[in-house]
Amino acid sequence: MNETEQKVHWLDKALEVVRNADPESVVRVERGVDMPAIVVPRELIVEVCTALRDDAGLRFTMLSDLTASDDLDRDPRFDVVYHLLSFDLNARLRVKVGVPESDCRCPSVTSVWPGANWPEREVWDMFGIRFTGHPNLERILTPEGWEYFALRRDFPLQGPGMVRLYEDVTDVL
Amino acid sequence: MRVSPFINPEYTNPSAGLTDTTLTLNLGPQHPSTHGVLRLVLELDGETVVSCAPHIGYLHTGFEKNMEAKTYHKAIPYTDRMDYLSAMIYNVAYVLSVEKLCGIEITRRCAYVRVLVTELQRIASHMVWYGTTGMDLGASTTFLYAFRDREDLLNFFEELAGGRMTPSYSRVGGMAADLTTGFEKRCRAFLDQLEPKIDDYEALLTGNEIFKERTQNVGYVSTEDLIALGVTGPVLRASGLKWDLRKNQPYLVYDEFEFDVPTATASDVYCRYLVRMAEMRQSIRIIRQVLDGMPEGDINISDTKFRRPSKDTIMVGMEELIHHFKQMTSGFPVPPGEAYVPVESSKGELGFFIVSDGTGKPQRVRVRPPSFFNLQALPLMAKGRMIADVVALIGSLDIVLGEIDR
Amino acid sequence: MGLSDRLTRPEMKDDPLAQLPRGTVIHLGEDESLNDSVLLTTVNKVVSWARRSSIWPVTFGLACCAIEMMATASSRYDISRFGMELFRASPRQSDLMIVSGRVSRKMAPVLRRVYDQMPEPKWVIAMGACASCGGMFNNYAILQGVDEIVPVDVYVPGCPPRPEALLYGIIKLQEKIDKGAKWI
Repeated sequence: MNETEQKVHWLDKALEVVRNADPESVVRVERGVDMPAIVVPRELIVEVCTALRDDAGLRFTMLSDLTASDDLDRDPRFDVVYHLLSFDLNARLRVKVGVPESDCRCPSVTSVWPGANWPEREVWDMFGIRFTGHPNLERILTPEGWEYFALRRDFPLQGPGMVRLYEDVTDVL
Repeated sequence: MRVSPFINPEYTNPSAGLTDTTLTLNLGPQHPSTHGVLRLVLELDGETVVSCAPHIGYLHTGFEKNMEAKTYHKAIPYTDRMDYLSAMIYNVAYVLSVEKLCGIEITRRCAYVRVLVTELQRIASHMVWYGTTGMDLGASTTFLYAFRDREDLLNFFEELAGGRMTPSYSRVGGMAADLTTGFEKRCRAFLDQLEPKIDDYEALLTGNEIFKERTQNVGYVSTEDLIALGVTGPVLRASGLKWDLRKNQPYLVYDEFEFDVPTATASDVYCRYLVRMAEMRQSIRIIRQVLDGMPEGDINISDTKFRRPSKDTIMVGMEELIHHFKQMTSGFPVPPGEAYVPVESSKGELGFFIVSDGTGKPQRVRVRPPSFFNLQALPLMAKGRMIADVVALIGSLDIVLGEIDR
Repeated sequence: MGLSDRLTRPEMKDDPLAQLPRGTVIHLGEDESLNDSVLLTTVNKVVSWARRSSIWPVTFGLACCAIEMMATASSRYDISRFGMELFRASPRQSDLMIVSGRVSRKMAPVLRRVYDQMPEPKWVIAMGACASCGGMFNNYAILQGVDEIVPVDVYVPGCPPRPEALLYGIIKLQEKIDKGAKWI
């Protein structure tokens, strides 16, 4: 009981920190099966992350992971996901940012955690989400000059020249 | 000053004026010491490294995309091939994330067996690290010792799961098969003869003057820098921070075992070596406790919706037949949501971030590879060192390109 | 005792004297034991034997199969008994490229360049399923078989192949070299 109280307490603090950044912003909270998640608007992400890192009661000093996911049926098609870790609280937090396909950009958090450099390059390489303010946004995993974004759901598994046996059957590979 | 008659007065020093330019050296993807296909572009001023830029992607395989195309069960063999030296740990990490999404509680015996194979795999991975790092620094005996002893471990994996290096032993809701008969006796015998061998390994390198000269005070990074870069694992522990997910955020049944988390303070290559050697001993300690306390019972969960029913019931039971058919064709449906369960791999924090849309195939599988973040610390460590130190630093980070490039 | 006896006794099948055409007259001397101290053979055979007994591979370990290749080189499976203990780092000093692991499209030009730097005669073993045919990775990033870019002599299946399987592939390559010798 104590642990859930403490968990709730720091989550409220995190939300308070986020609301301090911009009181009118719409922030959604999701209770995931494994860790709480907050969804913040794209413009605020750098401020929110800086506040989460520097706040004395939270101290999310480590960016454990930065990735994205793609869902063709969702309205902001891409979701940039940040996993934060706080050693003091021994807690994890997931921060999500929705990125629409029409304006495929997101501010970079390399100024907050330098370790975001390579994961953001990978998200650019795999999804095509441009991180503004990144020092060196180049392809990191696929060959230089390759023109596709591999992990997008509409990119076929075998690459651009993929041949299908039947046109309508798409789950047989 | 008398000018020597042998010096040609028109001779000009060809190196004059070159001191302000650096030499770009490509430590290419094919190199015996880069532990895989890593390309380092070094800017050198003489022998000193001014900057070091790692270029990765030469082993990019598209694992994450491949795993999206398979059902959750069929994706398990992909998890072995990413970090091929910690295959069992990857299997367990993937399966833990899927089980978290499905809300499955595994049996106690399964949890114990998973801890057992994870720790055995940790020892095997550290042995390969020890063998290759020693060989890179010139001590070729370490390679032969480590691989000879690792063969005994691979015998165990082959016995349990059928594969030496790519076992794919874990399943969603259980394991592929239970422990074999007599395994416990053989494992104890192996552990008894392994401890003196680790003493041998330490005797080769720990007090060795050449090794100490090459590794002490090489590659210092402060704890704050490591945290800001996202580095975890023995590299972080060698800088003084006592952070081990098995102790701090326990998963499976690690909270029931007594073991220490070795740390060091100087954050150089030598300290990382000491931390990993101590971790091998702690793993032996954990395995002994696992074997002492191994519970009886089923290894798989009884809910056949997720874990396929045993073959003799498929032929007689309707429900089991339907479940088996469904699992093998379209996969068991996982409730929609996302899950990330971090585990302590031999290299650092490993986790599978799985996004499920409710069907039998994952929508997004993201692997958080520890070596990817650890390698980001290399440019910081290599600045101002010599080329020979770069080899020692790569060895100390213990990177596996398979998981970096995925 | 005579030439025809040599042909019928099975252990004498590989005796080079037994492979001479019938009717060959060999003048020996007083000392009949010249048989034991002189070996008659062809230049092709000697060169092939020398080539296949001391193949030096280039270190081209890419992924998981590389670890099994290292295990083959270590003391339990001991590739050194086949003459291959010396893995050369430089392709210019090696004869064999064991492509062990999956070859990504980014790595393919590097592999071709290393292959081109090897001097003739050179051989390629495609170790593992990924090098032979793309393996379990039928996707955008992996070459579907290293024979898309280099000619392969022996394919060793497995994922990863056991060290014994790799040794069997090496023995097959040695047999291939014995039969070949086309570069003289």
